[in-house]
Amino acid sequence: MFANLTSGLDFHSKALVLRAERQRAIASNIANADTPGYVARDLDFKSAMANATTSSLAPGSNTSPASGVTHKNHIPLPDGTQGGIGSLSKLGYAAQTQPSMDGNSVDLDRERANFVDNSVRYEATLRFINGQSKTILSAIQGQ
Amino acid sequence: MSMFSIFGVSGSAISAQSQRLNVVASNLANADAVAGPDGQGYKGRQVVFETVPMGSDASAGVKVSSVRENNEPLRKVHNPSHPSADSEGYVTHSNVNPVEEMVNMISASRSYQNNVEVMNTAKTLLLKTLQMGQ
Repeated sequence: MFANLTSGLDFHSKALVLRAERQRAIASNIANADTPGYVARDLDFKSAMANATTSSLAPGSNTSPASGVTHKNHIPLPDGTQGGIGSLSKLGYAAQTQPSMDGNSVDLDRERANFVDNSVRYEATLRFINGQSKTILSAIQGQ
Repeated sequence: MSMFSIFGVSGSAISAQSQRLNVVASNLANADAVAGPDGQGYKGRQVVFETVPMGSDASAGVKVSSVRENNEPLRKVHNPSHPSADSEGYVTHSNVNPVEEMVNMISASRSYQNNVEVMNTAKTLLLKTLQMGQ
């Protein structure tokens, strides 16, 4: 019952972490806009979100034990690739639009647009969480 | 937590860009300097940026790895009446190109502004996150 109540919150909190991760990647790109040889990186939000939501599908429903687990009731240890929601492995390389002589692949216009886009979406996720927590609180109070 | 490292990343970029601006300022200040008695005029300087990983590999800051001197030949102007003229009447000036330096300055100041904006946005978002659930 309570799991149903908070599953939406859980989803949005994962989205929030991934948005923060992407924000950080874009900030690194903007910081290195003038560094020779720097390769721009970006987070594919769609696949990262799909990964984050499928990897943590209710541990109880998982009948076959995961690697390193000898009993199905054991809680699997977080390993490097799946533990953190926004781990490094999901960072890809942004496509180069205008190749430059110094090997830097940052497109500042695109990065700035991405940055603004990502911050708006981050805020939207925050509002979803806020609204949902207000809903839960009013349900608890029952007034 | 991860958004806090944006301040480190953008902060490193801001300090690197301000160092670049500093070098541009000294180049422009010495653009018209003439060589002293040793015949060595001022040579323009350039900063070299380098990526530096911060915390996790995902965030990459930037630092100035070295400041290099421009090795173009010094500008010689024929002016026999000048007190610093050599035996053939040539005065040695610096090899700074003011036009290049001005462009460099604009580029540095734009990058600086970009990073300040990134920091401000990150700050606003973190403050909003703090107010979550209120």
